[in-house]
Amino acid sequence: MIRSDIIKNLIPVISDELVVCNIGLPSQELHMMDDQPSNFYMLGTMGLSSSIGLGLALTQEAKVISIDGDGSILTNLGTLPTIANNPADNFILFIVDNGSYGSTGDQPTYAGQKTSLAAVASACGCENVVECQAEEAVEVMKSALASDKMTIIVCKCASGNIPVPVIELDAPVIKHRFMEEVKKKNS
Amino acid sequence: MSVSEDIVESLVRNKVEFVTTVPCKQLAGVIEGVENSPSIMHVPSNKEDEGMGLCAGAFMGGKRPAIIMQNTAIGVTFNTLSSLTQFYNMPLPMIISYRGEIGEKVAIQVEMAVHTKALLEQLKIQTYHFHEPEDIKDLDSILHHTYMSRKPTAILTDSNFWGGY
Repeated sequence: MIRSDIIKNLIPVISDELVVCNIGLPSQELHMMDDQPSNFYMLGTMGLSSSIGLGLALTQEAKVISIDGDGSILTNLGTLPTIANNPADNFILFIVDNGSYGSTGDQPTYAGQKTSLAAVASACGCENVVECQAEEAVEVMKSALASDKMTIIVCKCASGNIPVPVIELDAPVIKHRFMEEVKKKNS
Repeated sequence: MSVSEDIVESLVRNKVEFVTTVPCKQLAGVIEGVENSPSIMHVPSNKEDEGMGLCAGAFMGGKRPAIIMQNTAIGVTFNTLSSLTQFYNMPLPMIISYRGEIGEKVAIQVEMAVHTKALLEQLKIQTYHFHEPEDIKDLDSILHHTYMSRKPTAILTDSNFWGGY
């Protein structure tokens, strides 16, 4: 299974939640398969999906799922200590770990070699860290949503991409409709 | 009252409820004040672009965010400022210690000081320079202006403003 398979399988489980989605192909795949106002697509700024998601989770009540990648986490590795030390039980960080920089041509990441992001997250102080295989993603996500505990999921999968269209929504439109959704969920 | 206390009071008065910080010696008093303020959630970040991501999330969560940082980090935040804060029309007051200005004791700090305003100008970021302690009087209106305009603003606070250090 590759990332787009995981996203496709997760959609029935995460569709009603606030989702902050990583730059590039992950956002384009989610946009193509299940575009809706509760998705915040990052059109730029590699690495900040987890930071945006944490900031959002800490400041309102609704559950927030950040879909991130192994390469993006490595770009912003300082995010894991910040998450660990500022826990938000409405926050789930879902890291698609395909061991490659998928959006830029599948160059290998260190997470696909010697570095274990699950071990890094635990060493940073994150308390609920689950490493799973792509086939287990849906069940693990369901458990994390039901647990009401901040959870870091590292989901291992194969590298590979499907053809997807570019997101043509204007960034302020993405933000505006997402913020309306945040308000609705907190009213 | 110290300028550090004045800054924290202005943040509280303007309903800034989420502040992220990366330390600087000049900013120590403000960071302590933010940490101790009951109305402000303080989430220290490890790097300034990470902090700007946290602020973007907090803004979408309905809170007024701010970042407190040193000018030496402006360069590493360029992509985030342009492709997140500016591209999505998000407000972000940046209270920045302006190291390397007159009164600086450490020569290396001057290297980034000479680039600071040019970099901010390159991004067309609204920039204010606090040189005298009484310049603090403008902070309320700058914060108001930042949230009104939904743009980042830079408030550069130099050594003279802090009364030496």
